[in-house]
Amino acid sequence: MNIEIVAFAILATIGIASAILLVLQKNPVYSALLLILHFMALAGLYLLLNAQFIAVLQILVYAGAIMVLFVFVIMLLNLQNEQALVDNFNIRKIVSFILGVVLFLQFAVFFLVKAKNDIDIKKSPDSIDAGSIQNIGEALFTTYLIPFEIASFLLLVAIIGSIFLAKRKIE
Amino acid sequence: MIPLSFYLILSAAFFSIGVIGVLTRRNAIIVFMCIEMMLNAVNLSFIAFASFFGDSSGQVFVFFVMAVAAAEVAIGLAIIIALFRNKLTINIDEINILKW
Repeated sequence: MNIEIVAFAILATIGIASAILLVLQKNPVYSALLLILHFMALAGLYLLLNAQFIAVLQILVYAGAIMVLFVFVIMLLNLQNEQALVDNFNIRKIVSFILGVVLFLQFAVFFLVKAKNDIDIKKSPDSIDAGSIQNIGEALFTTYLIPFEIASFLLLVAIIGSIFLAKRKIE
Repeated sequence: MIPLSFYLILSAAFFSIGVIGVLTRRNAIIVFMCIEMMLNAVNLSFIAFASFFGDSSGQVFVFFVMAVAAAEVAIGLAIIIALFRNKLTINIDEINILKW
């Protein structure tokens, strides 16, 4: 058994299990904790794909900053548990479940059957260098300099907007 | 050696679970978490393609997706707090002031 395949299987299982439990969970606090687990599994998958910088960023930004925001809002709102999903099965939920499964089958059939020959390429030997901080920083500050500046402006607008929205009552 | 299609199918599975969550759950915060999950599923396929083609452009795009997601979370949670302050609920079936 290859160690890469074992690691992939474990991380994929954790990711899918935490995602399904997140959707089924009644209490939003448990959903938030499961989402952190999901992000950790994704960071592990990024490491398997030689994307070290993005894996660190995933843990810092998603599992750190964004989830702190979520948990804070859950604490501020002090919500009651939603009714369990299984208790109130109606036609809309069944239809949306079927739609989700059909969407997944479409992707899976496309990747497995239609695009198999085009898509099953060998992992490039450059991929170890491509994920390094040096290469990403170079691309970020040369080719993608203008999008990078726009992203910083977007974050500034988001800060101002969220302060404005959270501060006063909507008439 | 794991083929690229495994990563893409895993990413499709994450995305579909996120879609099911958005469509079935009524709690606005959990709907929001499922949207984050869908963004991350797309990030995973970006990283998989970037790694298999040995090009760092895909990883730069993931960086931008993360910046946009951070902005989106800040705004979205502010909207949820404003909604809760006005209507005392975040059940998205009861928030229908835009519906005529």
